[in-house]
Amino acid sequence: MPEWFANLPPVVQALIRVLIFVLPVLLLVPGAIWYERRLLSWAQDRIGPNRVGNITFSRRGKYIPSFLKGKKFHLFGLIQPIADGIKLFMKEDITPTAVDRPIYFIAPALALFPAFTLGATIPWGPFTWLTPVADVNIGILWIIAVSSLGVYGVVLSGYASNNKYSLLGGLRASAQLISYELGMGMALACIVMATGSLRPTDIVAAQQEPLWGVVPALANWNIFTPYGFIAAIIFFICMVAETNRAPFDLPEAENELVAGYHTEYSSMKFAVFFMGEYAAMMVYGGILATVFFGGYHLLPVRWDWIIQQYPASNFIAGFFRDVDYWLSPLTFIFKGVLVLTAYIWLRATMPRLRYDQLMALGWKTLLPLATTNLIVVALWIVAARVYGPPVGILSAVVAFAILYGLWRGLDKAFSPPKAFLAPRSITLVNVPKPTPAPAPESEVAPSA
Amino acid sequence: METSAPLAITPELLLFGGIATAAAMAAVGVVAFNNAVRSALCLVINFFLLAFIYFTLQAETLGIIQIVVYTGAIMVLFLFVIMLLNLGGSGLLQQKGDKRMPVAIALGVVLFGLIASQLLPGLMSVTKPLAPDNFGAPQNVGRALFTQYVIPFEAVSVLLLVGIVGSILLAKRRI
Amino acid sequence: MNGVPLAAYLALGLFMFTAGVVGVVIRRSPIVIFMCIELMLNAVNLTFLAFARYQFSTAPALAQNPELATSNSIMGGQMMVIFVMAVAAAEVAVGLGIIMAIFRLRQNIDVDELNLLKG
Repeated sequence: MPEWFANLPPVVQALIRVLIFVLPVLLLVPGAIWYERRLLSWAQDRIGPNRVGNITFSRRGKYIPSFLKGKKFHLFGLIQPIADGIKLFMKEDITPTAVDRPIYFIAPALALFPAFTLGATIPWGPFTWLTPVADVNIGILWIIAVSSLGVYGVVLSGYASNNKYSLLGGLRASAQLISYELGMGMALACIVMATGSLRPTDIVAAQQEPLWGVVPALANWNIFTPYGFIAAIIFFICMVAETNRAPFDLPEAENELVAGYHTEYSSMKFAVFFMGEYAAMMVYGGILATVFFGGYHLLPVRWDWIIQQYPASNFIAGFFRDVDYWLSPLTFIFKGVLVLTAYIWLRATMPRLRYDQLMALGWKTLLPLATTNLIVVALWIVAARVYGPPVGILSAVVAFAILYGLWRGLDKAFSPPKAFLAPRSITLVNVPKPTPAPAPESEVAPSA
Repeated sequence: METSAPLAITPELLLFGGIATAAAMAAVGVVAFNNAVRSALCLVINFFLLAFIYFTLQAETLGIIQIVVYTGAIMVLFLFVIMLLNLGGSGLLQQKGDKRMPVAIALGVVLFGLIASQLLPGLMSVTKPLAPDNFGAPQNVGRALFTQYVIPFEAVSVLLLVGIVGSILLAKRRI
Repeated sequence: MNGVPLAAYLALGLFMFTAGVVGVVIRRSPIVIFMCIELMLNAVNLTFLAFARYQFSTAPALAQNPELATSNSIMGGQMMVIFVMAVAAAEVAVGLGIIMAIFRLRQNIDVDELNLLKG
């Protein structure tokens, strides 16, 4: 910690940390919107916004310097989100007469609140005096707690709008968010158990240990361990559901609920909902990176060990280590953008789930899977302590296979027969049925 | 206990006073609002602020559990039920003024005055927390929970299981 | 927290408890009554935690035996709070289930109308 920073009063230090975290998130929101629109249109074989911000200088203008005359500058539509923002803020702010006014105004703020407080315990670099905002020993619990507050914005806006579709959207959101919180908490609990700490900085540090305890050159990112891989998938699915994104966007299903909970919101208040959603996506991306993908480290390689073991490689390995150190915020953002890409890819690929499918996925698949995973982690810890790390990993794989087989077997034994879920045949309307030829009398079996 | 020192105004006291005032106002709001959703919202605010009061008591684990359990789960359940009932026709959960109100408020004031006058003056001088600062750390809470208090803990898990089964039985139309 | 008297925490707890009592008496919607009960439970939780932090009754024992401060015996208040929270969660799940069942049966959940004890 530099001296000038240490001399500041603690309140100012905290404010600086908060600003350094929140401002980039705010600034990246328009970028994320542009990125989503471009990627989606690419996935759908369209062009997407590519015009706003293109500058063409006149050939004969009097005040244009000669080297600019007739030049064209392309910004690939990067200014589009800003134009969108200006449009949204300039629109008329309509407040329907029958709304519950105080709650109607509070709800967008409540929707924005968790998106920005969620990352308070997430380190985005190795600079311990700047990040995280609060390095507390309940960091992971804080994430679970704040993500559970995300319901209120949606539910209260749905209620306050005094609109049946909005209310339905709010109800759907509350049920969905409660259901997926469980899987999410369980997935995080696996990593907490494996790490032995609730502090996100400890989790990042633990991911710099030798891979599986045996490969000293590589880092033990949680995604490379069997239980961590499962937990990461569960966490990712739950995260998509928590942010109400496709394919889990039932609360705002456009074609069923007319955009659900924010139907009655216009202008700035709608923009706030929009901003909250995108900020939450990015912050969740950062959490995923921190917990499963080694945090702010670029590559899962332990440069320190390599330098120590092979001093000859000091030049290259040292260079990589320094890059890893100094570019860590960029690495962190890069990982967040990767997660954002996965979000958009999902949205472009998957159709929206039906409500019962959503509940079945959350309660019947993710929660048992995450609980199984928890047992596996416990076994792994015991086996690794007693017999050494390789046996631990092996036993984790075996235990997972056994438990998964057991679960599928039990599921098959107790689930209703498949015919129950068979798709019904579709009959087209107004298609004349081919009249069956009258059966000859002789073939009818005589009734006994 | 030392003899009572005059109460000094410290930043901690101001912070506590601010949070406590807001929490108390929210508690009044729960009772005073006619609309059930606003009552619930006030209760959410109260529970959320209470978590911060737990933080000031250095019980950070319990503060965060307070947010997870109360604001994150229980109050969402309340809102869910309120909104479900509202679907059946608004005005169901509204209520008009009542003759019992003044009596009840008087009763509340008397109750508060009675207990406070007996309890609080003797404790005004206790200003120094004696428990160690890390007594609320998750490590310590977990250790106590899984060693000395493991049997009540398991009993509570059975209770929760019974609660799950009971609520499913109640909520299901046909079993 | 240094400088804040124990009495301040207890006063807040007492105030919340009183508000809960008044709410249970004057409100007629069972959901709000339920919320007031939650308020009372939380008031009790706050009191438990305040006493657990200040340890004012164990002060003489603590002065004699400093090791007591790191043992499990001072965790009693926090354990109690955890159990109260668990019980409250179970209670809410069952209670709201009952309210929904009554609502399905009677289309009305005013507590003054529900006086038959047989659904």
